[in-house]
Amino acid sequence: MAVLIEVNNLSFSFGEKQILKDISLTVEKEDIIGLLGPSGAGKTTLVNILTGQLKLQNGVIKTFHNRNLISGIMMDSFGLYDRLTVWDNLKIFADIYQVPHSRIETLLNRAELINDKKTIVNHLSKGMRNRVNFCRALLKDMDILYLDEPTSGLDPATTDKIHKLIEEERKTGTTIFLTTHNMHEAEKLCNKIILLNEGTVIEQGIPEEICMKYNIENTRELVLKNGEKHILQNNRENAAILFEMMKDEKIISIHSSEPDLEKVFLYLTGRKLNE
Amino acid sequence: MKHIITIIQKQLKDTLKNKPILIQFIMFPLFSIVMTHAIQIQEMPENFFVNLFATMYIGMAPLVSISAIISEEKEKNTLRVLLMADVSPVQYLIGIGSYVFFMCIIGGVIFCCLLNNVTNTQRIFFLLIMSIGIIASIVTGASIGVGSKNQMTATSVTIPVMMIFSFAPMLSMFNDKIEKISKIIYSEQIRNLINNLENGGDCMQNITVILLNIIVFGTLFSVLYKKRGLT
Repeated sequence: MAVLIEVNNLSFSFGEKQILKDISLTVEKEDIIGLLGPSGAGKTTLVNILTGQLKLQNGVIKTFHNRNLISGIMMDSFGLYDRLTVWDNLKIFADIYQVPHSRIETLLNRAELINDKKTIVNHLSKGMRNRVNFCRALLKDMDILYLDEPTSGLDPATTDKIHKLIEEERKTGTTIFLTTHNMHEAEKLCNKIILLNEGTVIEQGIPEEICMKYNIENTRELVLKNGEKHILQNNRENAAILFEMMKDEKIISIHSSEPDLEKVFLYLTGRKLNE
Repeated sequence: MKHIITIIQKQLKDTLKNKPILIQFIMFPLFSIVMTHAIQIQEMPENFFVNLFATMYIGMAPLVSISAIISEEKEKNTLRVLLMADVSPVQYLIGIGSYVFFMCIIGGVIFCCLLNNVTNTQRIFFLLIMSIGIIASIVTGASIGVGSKNQMTATSVTIPVMMIFSFAPMLSMFNDKIEKISKIIYSEQIRNLINNLENGGDCMQNITVILLNIIVFGTLFSVLYKKRGLT
């Protein structure tokens, strides 16, 4: 796939404090790329630089065919007009982008907010506000959509709705750059992951491949019909044992020991993602 | 131009639901209507309440409203979102400034309608004075809004500044020392211009002080804008 953004050796500091150190990454077209890291890792700063809200200090950012990419942005801080209705909030931006108002209807339908279009934003729940924010980000046709912790602090049902919207948007061909500290969200949605810690990229790639790379235990856990549990190392000898057990239909379940992203992060940094 | 109109429309809708700002625009014109009709004392100077409240209105309404609007938008990140949506800082400031100006000049027209025994030319001159005063207050209020990180900071700066510009002209009527000091501020010169509306005469000194005020606050605004930007 074509490379949409290429970042090389990006560094950034606020005064004396170094926030990002030597960041290099690529975003390919139609990726859902997940930027994972704990609070204070530098995720939002990186997004702010990529979206032009902060000036690049060191490093190079190249874009597809060197043109200005059209970006949609959904920040964790809402930026909605509290006293105006959902419709009025979206209409302001539809007028600025010069898109027809029918686009607002379409997006509100997709976000299941059409019945709340006349509701004042101040009266909406956090999840609904997030969806209004999401609709606003999608008003114009764009190359890349930046989502900064879109489900932070939301209940599972609302989180699912947001995930559905993200997946739908990806199907339309939009590249999505998602920052989160929720590894389940990243594993579910993203086809590429960047792990960020203290301003440094500590690992990046396809989530499954990252997990396999750090599968140090390399074992299989078996649960047998008689209730016994066995942990077997992944080797030729145990393969024969496993084959015998399977032939005799003794096994209820087999689980591999490869770590999830949370464990990989813990292994690499000694700290948890949600710290 | 389209963006500026969108900003004005947005602000108009917002103000109708924003009582603290709405009160700024209607309070003094309403006071003036009520007092002019309710209190009529023979020795009282012609158009006393209109002159008094129009001066206070100029020193308060544009200043408080524009600083509140800008600082609220900064605090709630709505300004940041607007700027990321292809609205330039200049378009935003022109939009908000125009909106406050038009809202305030409606008040000015109400004051103008309440004036007694003045010619049409004097009424036009009155509106001109009001316009200059409103512009001076808008520049001052915008400086506070741009220089403040959030609404609380803006309010804590706006209140004393507003008290000076709004009340000093009134207090100067009762105290010579205050009158001498307040000569350097634009609202005092606006009061003098309005009071001398019927007599006419040389107003160069008044206009010069007002323009100097606008230059000083305009410079302050540009320094703060360069230092802090809009977000």
